[in-house]
Amino acid sequence: MEGLLAIAIGALTTCGVFLILRARTFPVLLGLTLLSYAVNLFLFASGRLQLGAPPLIRAGATYTDPLPQALVLTAIVIGFGMTAYLAMLALRGLAESGSDHVDTRKEP
Amino acid sequence: MTTHAPILPLLIPFAAALLQMACSRLACQRLIGLAAATLLVLITAWLTLLADDGQLRVYALGNWPAPFGIVLVLDRLAAAMTLLTAVLCFVSLLYASSGFDERGLHFHPLFQLQIFGLTGAFLTGDLFNLFVFFEVMLLASYTLLAHGGGLAKTRAGISYVVLNLVGSALFLIALGLLYGTLGTLNLADLAHRLTLPGHDQALARLSFALLIAVFALKAGLLPLSFWLPHTYTAAGAPVAALFAIMTKVGIVAILRVQTIALAPAMPDLLDNWLTTLALATVVFAALGVVAAARLRALAAWLTLLSAGTLLVTPAQANAQVDAAAIYYLVQSTLAGAAFFLLAGVIAEQRGRAADHLSAGPAPQAAWLKIAFLILAITIAGLPPFSGFVGKLMLLTTLREVSAGAAIWMVVLAAGFMVMIALARDGCYLIWKYRVAAEAAPAIVWQRATATLLLVAAGPLLAVMASPLSEYAERAASQLHSPGAYVASVLGPLGAGRKATR
Repeated sequence: MEGLLAIAIGALTTCGVFLILRARTFPVLLGLTLLSYAVNLFLFASGRLQLGAPPLIRAGATYTDPLPQALVLTAIVIGFGMTAYLAMLALRGLAESGSDHVDTRKEP
Repeated sequence: MTTHAPILPLLIPFAAALLQMACSRLACQRLIGLAAATLLVLITAWLTLLADDGQLRVYALGNWPAPFGIVLVLDRLAAAMTLLTAVLCFVSLLYASSGFDERGLHFHPLFQLQIFGLTGAFLTGDLFNLFVFFEVMLLASYTLLAHGGGLAKTRAGISYVVLNLVGSALFLIALGLLYGTLGTLNLADLAHRLTLPGHDQALARLSFALLIAVFALKAGLLPLSFWLPHTYTAAGAPVAALFAIMTKVGIVAILRVQTIALAPAMPDLLDNWLTTLALATVVFAALGVVAAARLRALAAWLTLLSAGTLLVTPAQANAQVDAAAIYYLVQSTLAGAAFFLLAGVIAEQRGRAADHLSAGPAPQAAWLKIAFLILAITIAGLPPFSGFVGKLMLLTTLREVSAGAAIWMVVLAAGFMVMIALARDGCYLIWKYRVAAEAAPAIVWQRATATLLLVAAGPLLAVMASPLSEYAERAASQLHSPGAYVASVLGPLGAGRKATR
């Protein structure tokens, strides 16, 4: 379980970083989305992984830490808004310059 | 009344933004915005006086006690920073109300939300909450940056947004690591648990290093500062004036984390590298100041220069140095914002030459030339204005530290370059002119008042240097007593608790 999650986070981060380093806005946007997935999974794992345990403390029963879940929820909402705004900005750059280069520059 | 005082700087801009969204007429929005800004200045001035009794005012949101709920902490530094934000808010809004806000939709609510994010970032005592306020501030700043439209703004906007989204991802990774290692995100609780045994030292160090890197990105530390000049150049004058405080948010965050959490537990984390990089930033910014071809670009490089100078201070872990840094921070923010506004007014007066540093029609109004002179003296750090006082205090206190000689050399050389650049640019603007073909437009009174208010801060802060520097000293000594901070945030609960992980 831990290994699987670690590999998933690593793969998402690798792909995300690779795509962010591209010179066009659409891959960069995808890369940021992948990176935010990786970060959300990472935050989720920071409360330790528990299988089949509720985020409630009861006497004698195992429980999972509820705080990272709340943090992830906040991070998802913020990341979603940011990505949507960047998509709009990228479209505006494309409309204004006719190029989807991150520097809104025409290719030679 | 004083129980709920710390949350007022958050509620005022937030309520104003909601009201402005409900009432979409521009005149109405301007009125609400300026009224809220005036109220915010008064309230934060009162808070600054209130915080001066040395007591930390902890406001537990929803009355959940500290390590479980989110707290706002009002100390002298936070109060002074909110006052600075409020002053910049009022002046920028006054400038923007003369027509800048007509260039796009929703300027006023976004502006208030940016203030909401800024004051929140200064007041919060919880790191995840700091992340949230950073995002509020950044999201508003993305849209304010794009306000008015145009390719230059979109181009600057894309790189600014992408970079800050990566920064946010790093911030979250740092927070995840911290929570996984120490089991809390409350700053006081973190400081408390760092001193207890039983956690992974290396992971804690790594997460704090990441956190400092994220703050350094906001502050514009050298390898992370290439976004700053062209972003600030592209922004409209009142927006850039408000952005002058955004780099300072990063610096204050570094200062706070360093004094409260790092100084007692891992005092060597910032050694060597932060000061070296800060000095490199100063050199880089000084070169940019000399090379700038436009007045607005010059203002942007000057903002970076002051940020670099301030970033020299956290690694010294010295209350005297931080006291000087707080005074320098206030005066350099006001001077930097004044320069953006003045550049905006001058650009309108010079027709097609705008703010390009080339021969063009000279500004007609005599007060503009005098204002430029006063501001240039302030920024170059020449006597008798506040720039000189700030730099003098900073250099005097830095004489004692280990890297003192290097810091003196770099800061003084940078100051000399700034002086040369400003003298040269003043010649271009005022003396080396061609006769204007068309009459320059009249300067709107809002813009003139806003600019003059900020330019007047230079002489005013120099006159009030004694009480202000004493306040800064008290703020720094409060900042350097992390024990009191932890005790007042966690209360009696904190003393007896053990680390759970």
